[in-house]
Amino acid sequence: MAHDHDHHDHSHDHPHGEAGAKPHRHPIRADQDDTITSWRAMEIAVRGLLIDKGILSADEVRRQVEDMDNRTPLQGARVVARAWVDPAYRELLLRDGNGACEAIGLDRGPYKLVVVENTDQVHNIVVCTLCSCYPRWLLGLPPDWYKSRNYRSRAIRQPREVLREFGTVVPDDLVVRVHDSTADMRYLVLPKRPAGTDGWSEEKLATLVSRDAMIGVAFAQQP
Amino acid sequence: MASTEAMPARFAPGDKVAVKAAFPIGHVRTPYYIRGKHGVIERFCGTYGNPEELAYARPGLPRQPLYRVRFRQAEVWPGYHGNAADTVDIEIYQHWLEPA
Repeated sequence: MAHDHDHHDHSHDHPHGEAGAKPHRHPIRADQDDTITSWRAMEIAVRGLLIDKGILSADEVRRQVEDMDNRTPLQGARVVARAWVDPAYRELLLRDGNGACEAIGLDRGPYKLVVVENTDQVHNIVVCTLCSCYPRWLLGLPPDWYKSRNYRSRAIRQPREVLREFGTVVPDDLVVRVHDSTADMRYLVLPKRPAGTDGWSEEKLATLVSRDAMIGVAFAQQP
Repeated sequence: MASTEAMPARFAPGDKVAVKAAFPIGHVRTPYYIRGKHGVIERFCGTYGNPEELAYARPGLPRQPLYRVRFRQAEVWPGYHGNAADTVDIEIYQHWLEPA
């Protein structure tokens, strides 16, 4: 594919800024898109076939990738902030996660959503030991560490140590529940609402809810 | 029973169950670490196509009841450090469970 770009070529010396400035070299970083793995080759081949046969268009593929990239933890944060301010919504979220997404205009999601609530007695943390199952419609793509063998193997058997490495110290008298997302459910942690946020608007509360808090490796941010 | 039907649910929340200590070859969604362990049904999640069949482009019927089963970490991992009440909650299909 031709690649037009309007920035200058970095492979030669050239002046920057004002006329007369001394030429300099940029450090060279290797391209990262030059390895064709077998999976990548298969994706390219299957995509080409689907487009050639008129089953999908290149624009539909592009739009799907764009939609995927546009899903971010902001969706999940909206759900959490609403549950913090609206007890009836919190009850719906814990009973019917997908219905609760839909109730505030979000995608229902393709999988059943189980929402687990952090309390004074329980801290929840989510892992998919088998692969990388994740509520993408609420949180976007999972972080690389979530897919790593290290996190997947250790979060399940040493959750308190892993939490501590994330800077999240759960007191010994709280129960830690690890949720292993092995099959058809997807999980969202409903973090505890931070103290000192009485009277805050839903929008302002949502800014305290990070991706990591909704995976359960962090607490909601203290204001 | 028609092949399109789901298997009836055998377990209810609170029931004690054991995960089969079986080691079949194939696409299995019951992790090794939980096989042979004893837990309690936390909730019934609905019925789903059997992933061991779906993975090979077979229809996965009859659908299998899926449960969230709660295990005590101290029983799953010898030498577990933490609160004795810490748990792992995990989804298991009915054909992997036996009454305990």
